[in-house]
Amino acid sequence: MNLRMLWRKSVNVLMLSLTGLCALVAISLLFFILGYLAYHGGKDVNWDFFTKLPKPVGETGGGMANAIVGSGKLLLLAALFGVPVGLLGGMYLAEFGGRAVPFVVRYTADLLNGVPSIVIGIFAYAVVVMPVHHFSSLAGGFALGVMMIPIVLRSTEEFLHAVPRSMREGAMALGASKWRTISSVVLPAASRGILTAALLALARVAGETAPLLFTAFGNRFWSPGWSQPIASLPVMIFTYAVGPYEDWHRQAWAAGLVLLGLVLVTNIVVRTLLSRGTSPPRS
Amino acid sequence: MATAPTTAEAAGFPWGPRALIRRVRSGDELARLTTLVFALVVVLLAVMLVEQLWTNSAEARHRFGLAFLWSSTWDPVFNQFGALPFVYGTLVTSALGLLIAVPLGLGAAIFLAELAPRSLSDNLTFLIDLLAAVPSVIYGLLGVFILVPLMRTEIQPALKRALGFTVLFQGPLYGIGSLTAGLVLAVMIVPFIISVSREVLLAVPGDQREAALALGATRWEATWKAVVPYARTGIMGSIFLALARALGETMAVTMVIGNNPRISASLFAPGYSIAAVLANEFSEATGNLYLSALIELGLVLFLLTFVLNGLARLLILLTTSRGSVVQT
Repeated sequence: MNLRMLWRKSVNVLMLSLTGLCALVAISLLFFILGYLAYHGGKDVNWDFFTKLPKPVGETGGGMANAIVGSGKLLLLAALFGVPVGLLGGMYLAEFGGRAVPFVVRYTADLLNGVPSIVIGIFAYAVVVMPVHHFSSLAGGFALGVMMIPIVLRSTEEFLHAVPRSMREGAMALGASKWRTISSVVLPAASRGILTAALLALARVAGETAPLLFTAFGNRFWSPGWSQPIASLPVMIFTYAVGPYEDWHRQAWAAGLVLLGLVLVTNIVVRTLLSRGTSPPRS
Repeated sequence: MATAPTTAEAAGFPWGPRALIRRVRSGDELARLTTLVFALVVVLLAVMLVEQLWTNSAEARHRFGLAFLWSSTWDPVFNQFGALPFVYGTLVTSALGLLIAVPLGLGAAIFLAELAPRSLSDNLTFLIDLLAAVPSVIYGLLGVFILVPLMRTEIQPALKRALGFTVLFQGPLYGIGSLTAGLVLAVMIVPFIISVSREVLLAVPGDQREAALALGATRWEATWKAVVPYARTGIMGSIFLALARALGETMAVTMVIGNNPRISASLFAPGYSIAAVLANEFSEATGNLYLSALIELGLVLFLLTFVLNGLARLLILLTTSRGSVVQT
């Protein structure tokens, strides 16, 4: 009897420590990634990296100024397309929707959210690149925008739902129309949540490489206007990492550190702000 | 023409022509229609996506029919296209990823949901969410420069010594290959398994635990025999969700899988996945048939993830809605 109890207790301790070990392994992965990138990329993040164009293939030196600006331009396009559609669509779901339409919209949004990013790239290629026969910033921005929509839509809906009913009723009781209630009471109350959600969506697509490979393509020079191929940090990291030159590898590490830094800092800031306010979003 | 409000309006039902005019003037109707249009844009995009994949793959679908799925030749020069090596590589790497990620993720989720104090658990989950936010190309970068050399010099030789008699661990050691891709995938999907499973476990009612503990079960027995079975459906959902991610994962896999469209039983051999071949060959595809074969691969990938995501959501919904009724 005692022996059996001892056995059960040791299994208990063993398995519980194993689960702790699993958690430890998972968490330490994050610190390992961060530490390794900082160690390897840190020394190559310098002034040249942010201000110079890439040198011709095979020469050492140069930077990634065009890719940094390019990523910025692509994200701007993505936000211009993705945020309005997601925001207004989410507003419909939370405020005006009946039963059938919101169900269909929610379902398709979740579907879009699960589509692999490379397939989104094919879609953008088919509708933007094929008709005009060349790669462009617009195509890349469109692909990233499509990826943002479901995230912005669902979180807008959730944050609008989280606004207390009494606030709506208060405005209505004062004689405000429904639209007036939404625009000057509900939306401001939910605005911080929605803004942070949009930033999280932006941070997520900022690191996307696959949908840009055959939409924005890449460019070793500046890309004036919006209808030419354009460089971006993630694609640059990919190209440089699989390329044959030592100097490219160094710059890939530096670009990786910059990209990871941007993504993680946005995430940390936004999530900390979020946890101090309205209800947290579901993952 | 000011008259007394009709009874319907007075009762708070904004119906009828007069009420409609009022709603239009106050902007309600305009706002409803505008937001409706944007909501429908989402549906339109999804429909267009399927339609584009379908029509643009027409040439390959007509030329090869269903045999596309089980033909294993991929030869752009002779216009012979078959999806099998890519489907195989996608499934093998994803299965390997799950094999490693499920025990690790489930263990961590149990720790976070059952053992860790709530504040510690929340903080650690925050870090796990950050891990999920790391871009795929960064995993690829680390994979190429850290994991691949490590596999070549340490892990693969050790595996070959220990398990080299099986067909899975034979052949030359390149470092790159299916096994390496599976490892990278495992690291990438672990955060998803952890955060969804944790939520599902937290939604298990407290009675479930207390009943087991009251019968004299140890903490582990209560968790493993009372809590985990209760959350089983939701955990399956989290695994499906992770699997759907793994199937569509592109960059990290492309960088370490070896990009060789040949089916090989050995996990050390370089392989190829659907997403990887799209990433590598799409922008260089010459000829309509080549492009349309690639787009058909995209269609196959889309359908795979579509089915898995649907199943996953259903399973998660089933458990969380059942558990949240009596949430602790």
